[in-house]
Amino acid sequence: MALTDPINSAARRVPAWSLYILGAAWAGWVFYLGATGGLGVEPIEALEHEYGAMALKLLVVGLAITPLRRFAGINLMKFRRAVGVSAFFLVLAHLLVWAVLDVQSLDRIWADIVKRPYVTVGMAGFLLLLPLALTSNNRAVRRLGPKWRQLHKLTYPAAILAAIHFIWLAKGFQIEPVVWLVVICGLLASRLRLGRASNARVAPSKG
Amino acid sequence: MAHRWINDLTHDDVTPKALWLNRRQLIAGLTATGAAGLGGPVAAQGSLEPNTWEEITTYNNFYEFGTGKGDPVQNAPAMDTSGWQVTVDGLVDNPGTYDLMDLIGDLETEERIYRFRCVEAWSMVIPWNGFELADLLAKVGVQDGARYVAFETAVIPEVMPGVRRRVLDFPYVEGLRLDEAMHPLTIMATGIYGEPIPNQNGAPMRLVVPWKYGFKSIKSIVRISLVADQPPTSWNKANAREYGFYSNVNPNVDHPRWSQATERRIGGGIFSQRQDTLMFNGYDEVAGLYDGMDLTEFY
Repeated sequence: MALTDPINSAARRVPAWSLYILGAAWAGWVFYLGATGGLGVEPIEALEHEYGAMALKLLVVGLAITPLRRFAGINLMKFRRAVGVSAFFLVLAHLLVWAVLDVQSLDRIWADIVKRPYVTVGMAGFLLLLPLALTSNNRAVRRLGPKWRQLHKLTYPAAILAAIHFIWLAKGFQIEPVVWLVVICGLLASRLRLGRASNARVAPSKG
Repeated sequence: MAHRWINDLTHDDVTPKALWLNRRQLIAGLTATGAAGLGGPVAAQGSLEPNTWEEITTYNNFYEFGTGKGDPVQNAPAMDTSGWQVTVDGLVDNPGTYDLMDLIGDLETEERIYRFRCVEAWSMVIPWNGFELADLLAKVGVQDGARYVAFETAVIPEVMPGVRRRVLDFPYVEGLRLDEAMHPLTIMATGIYGEPIPNQNGAPMRLVVPWKYGFKSIKSIVRISLVADQPPTSWNKANAREYGFYSNVNPNVDHPRWSQATERRIGGGIFSQRQDTLMFNGYDEVAGLYDGMDLTEFY
């Protein structure tokens, strides 16, 4: 693990808030590209996909932080909130591009949510993330206490719904969305093993 | 034989080559100098001005070359269309494998400016060059008993990453009822804007059926078969619930996963407004082909 120490010491020096700046700057840059022809001839679809794909990647990064510390000794815990909140804002941007620029009318937005399963699934994922974003502040963490950890496990179903949303909108057999679902399931499974391992450690002391 | 159908889009709708080649730069320049309001080549939204060469040739669905819209323009140039051969078989008087030019070289081509509506709810206006499919069918001699025409796209795995990844069950196949194939609106396109059709748009010869969703207009054709029974079609095989044999543009029959009531014309930029999709993509003259048919059942 020759790489672990440099990574950890570099991570200590980078403030977590820099992720928000980075995320906002990236989102603004991609929007600028879309508005000026840099995303090709169909910028609305391109922007929708850029934001959605980046949100999914950040969700996966957020899920990877605990296993990275457990299995690789890389400690990025201080970034986890910023990664999660940035993922939420990108999901929100993705949703707004879809609603305002793409679908363009309240009737059609509602009809899509009700009638189109992949939209329903995506919207359900967004609703699961909403309370998490609202409680991603120190006051909420203190107030909720142990319940906060329980509540924030909603990230797990939200990530799975995001991957299903991606798989469901593809035409034909496409490998990339399936790979994302497999990665997410792998990261969640690593927590199961984590749970069992810690139980095993705890068990003897009980006896 | 040609010119049986009169275009409702005229040559005035075609942008002069000097403009379509660099309209994007022109718009950027006009906007920069605050002169965009002067009009000229900048069309009102929803008008029937053809899309630019760049729009038509960089935003494509051609799954043999990849599923991304930009994949075909990246990958298709590697396809060699010289020495292209087309097999004509089934219920025809003159079956055989022809060099493309021997098959179509003497057919009269003309320009057809057609609306093009993708099943994914985007659309373009494209100035095709081509000939009526009916002329080709007359040349090969359709025999009694033929009721459908089946088409097949080339499969060249070395240059087609989508074929190697088996995105669909290739070769891509499509079909039309004989009366649809014989309709004067149905053409085989060999050019766009007077230029040879680029590979990503289906070189050297593709079908164009403007009242049906774009995937019916099969590209880079290597086989044409006259048959008695309804032939299998690729997207129908992949998902019969979502893609029917007819696949006529119909704003009243939704795709199971999205609405077909509206569409977005490519080229309107980031604030492009949706427009209503027209029955038969606005080609009402084909309605008679489907008299008495329930188009929600035969979608």
